[in-house]
Amino acid sequence: MTQTTLTNFDQAGFDAFIESRDEPDWLLAMRREAWQHGSAMRWPERRHEEWIRTDIRAFQIGKYSVPAGPDQGESTVADREQVHQLLQDVELAGRIETVDSKVVGENLDEAAAQRGVVFGSLSRLCKTHPDLVRKHLFTAFDPDEDKFAALHAAFWSGGQILYVPRGVVLERPVHIGSILSEGGTDTTHTLIILEDGAEATVLHESNGASTSASGLHLGAVELIQKPGSHLRYVNLQEWGHKTYNFAQQKASVDRDATLQWTLAAMGSMLSKVNQTVDLVGPGANSQVNGVMFTEARQHIAYHTLQHHKAPGCRSDFLYKAAQQDKSRTVWRGMIKVDKDAQKTDGYQRNDNLVLSNTSRADSIPGLEIEADDVRCTHGSTTAKVDEEQIFYARCRGFTRKEATRMIVSGFFQQIFDRISIESVREALAAAIARQVREYE
Amino acid sequence: MTHVLKIEDLHVNVGEKPILRGVNLTINHGETHALMGPNGSGKSTLGLAIMGHPGYDVTGGKISLDGKDVLAMEPDERAREGIFMAFQRPMAIPGVKMADFLRHATTNVRRPDRKEGEELIPMREFRKELKEKMSHLRMDVEFARRYVNDGFSGGEMKRAEILQLAMLQPKFALLDETDSGLDADAVRLASESIAEIGQGKMGLLIITHHDKLLEHNPPEFTHVMLGGRLVETGGRELADELHENGYDRIRNAYPDAEAANQEMLAEEAAI
Ligand SMILES: Nc1ncnc2c1ncn2[C@@H]1O[C@H](COP(=O)(O)OP(=O)(O)OP(=O)(O)O)[C@@H](O)[C@H]1O
Ligand SMILES: [Mg+2]
Repeated sequence: MTQTTLTNFDQAGFDAFIESRDEPDWLLAMRREAWQHGSAMRWPERRHEEWIRTDIRAFQIGKYSVPAGPDQGESTVADREQVHQLLQDVELAGRIETVDSKVVGENLDEAAAQRGVVFGSLSRLCKTHPDLVRKHLFTAFDPDEDKFAALHAAFWSGGQILYVPRGVVLERPVHIGSILSEGGTDTTHTLIILEDGAEATVLHESNGASTSASGLHLGAVELIQKPGSHLRYVNLQEWGHKTYNFAQQKASVDRDATLQWTLAAMGSMLSKVNQTVDLVGPGANSQVNGVMFTEARQHIAYHTLQHHKAPGCRSDFLYKAAQQDKSRTVWRGMIKVDKDAQKTDGYQRNDNLVLSNTSRADSIPGLEIEADDVRCTHGSTTAKVDEEQIFYARCRGFTRKEATRMIVSGFFQQIFDRISIESVREALAAAIARQVREYE
Repeated sequence: MTHVLKIEDLHVNVGEKPILRGVNLTINHGETHALMGPNGSGKSTLGLAIMGHPGYDVTGGKISLDGKDVLAMEPDERAREGIFMAFQRPMAIPGVKMADFLRHATTNVRRPDRKEGEELIPMREFRKELKEKMSHLRMDVEFARRYVNDGFSGGEMKRAEILQLAMLQPKFALLDETDSGLDADAVRLASESIAEIGQGKMGLLIITHHDKLLEHNPPEFTHVMLGGRLVETGGRELADELHENGYDRIRNAYPDAEAANQEMLAEEAAI
């Protein structure tokens, strides 16, 4: 067995990382190129529009070690079953679990496997299904996007692939769990490919081993949908509250395919997520339901792009965020419509509920439209919890905390109403209820 | 023992501004009181102060329920002790269904010692009761699935307040213009409902500018508020007189209170 050595995100670390992995040449070449680009790139500067509101001066990558060694690992987290929220009351078609970027367990329903579904550890499947992986890996997003993306492409480890062949309907969801132990690093890569007419539901959750855990996530998600496929992708982010979270999450949706993407960002100390949906074939349809709920000094930034590249597509993005204590959220949305994307129907909205005088919500919607026959609307609201509402509820016997919790859940209800999976609705509602604290 | 809600020499400010200037009122369980008075005289303020609205500063006097100090209680404790107010302007709570709101409220009020997070009244039992009460009030069951007061018409809001009264069965109910914004048929229905739910079964304080509600709920006592004080108390005939002739006699009889009322109105206009 290879001895896992602790190495940093530097040249020596990269060499040791490459050395420690038994990987095909094409993959190593990809990593080398990414490292070459990434190591030459500068860290983002504060005056850069994407980083004006997100201060990473305190972030020191030298504090985290590269997840070297093979991807198979032993779990160091005792109560893994207790950590995840989305496992309750659902029958799964498959499951994969990683701890600090090491796969600690995976399985796929035999019947699904027989129908050609491929699911499990990405690095294992790089060896057994090289053509499949090679064809799709890093096609939905560009590792040259920024330094974080490039470092991810060089150092990704662990992670998973789901491949659903043409016309196959996976009725039961698959579950992806990622856990970061105290001070750990997670560079998992998620690759989901649905061929023509395929259908699947993916429940993906990220947790810290404890709510307060520190760590680093340098991750990426690629959702690749071929014509007429239907994907429901749920992402519940509950990293420990001292964790840095940098992620590129991109979907590419082809003709007449539908994507329902539900995300809840509740964890981490600082998150900077780029979420993009490319609508690449006529009639593609995407809905995004986003929940952000922050406390203490958490900072969560989402930069979203709904990119209409083909005509007659729909995108409907709704983000609702609540901020307590001294926390802050940033939402910067963009609907981009290419010249040929006529008959686009684009919608984006961000509503904020500011729960304390010291918390803050930045909301920056944007449109960039080159076609002339489109319907694009956007909106953003920021409100405070109304003392009159709280008083009214208290006159009906609610304690202050119960009243606040109810008003906050009510605020998110519009999102719940859009989520079609009951267990997800319940898990989200519970996660939100847990996060509401006492106010005076 | 009959329950007693007792208000003694109550003074209330909003900010620096005095609104109530020494209100005395005792309501026994089972009695119906009418509270009348011109706009801006302080009727709603009295109700909100009894409920413990944080914006209404009690600068003097006492409120007690069966001898217990109401002013020392949080608003939700007051509700759990059995004091209820139907709001002149109820608040909307978007995203929260009437049924869920009421189930939680009903549980808390019926089980005053319930701790946060403890079980609510069983769904089935609650639904059955809610449905009965709603059909009694001739409300569509769909109503329970709507969000609390969100996008309700004026009339719907008032009917929703009556439904809450019916579910919570308080010891004392302060009804603040529960008849306003209703059409003629709805006023009759509301008046009958209140009589059925409340009359003789609780202490009622009915704030109104119309006579229909009092026709169905004949008050044993009528109080007239002017300039933040109850300047006159009589029986049912006083309410009839005021409906017939307005407040001229009162204004002339109590020039100090009238001056205070004018002062409040003037300040309001200046804001
Ligand atoms: N929250 C507040 N802020 C400022 N002034 C207030 C507030 N609440 C009440 N007031 C003032 O106190 C006075 C009494 O108001 P209140 O609402 O109690 O009158 P009311 O008798 O209920 O009148 P109406 O018949 O119009 O409902 C008014 O001058 C009003 O402007
Ligand atoms: Mg009033």
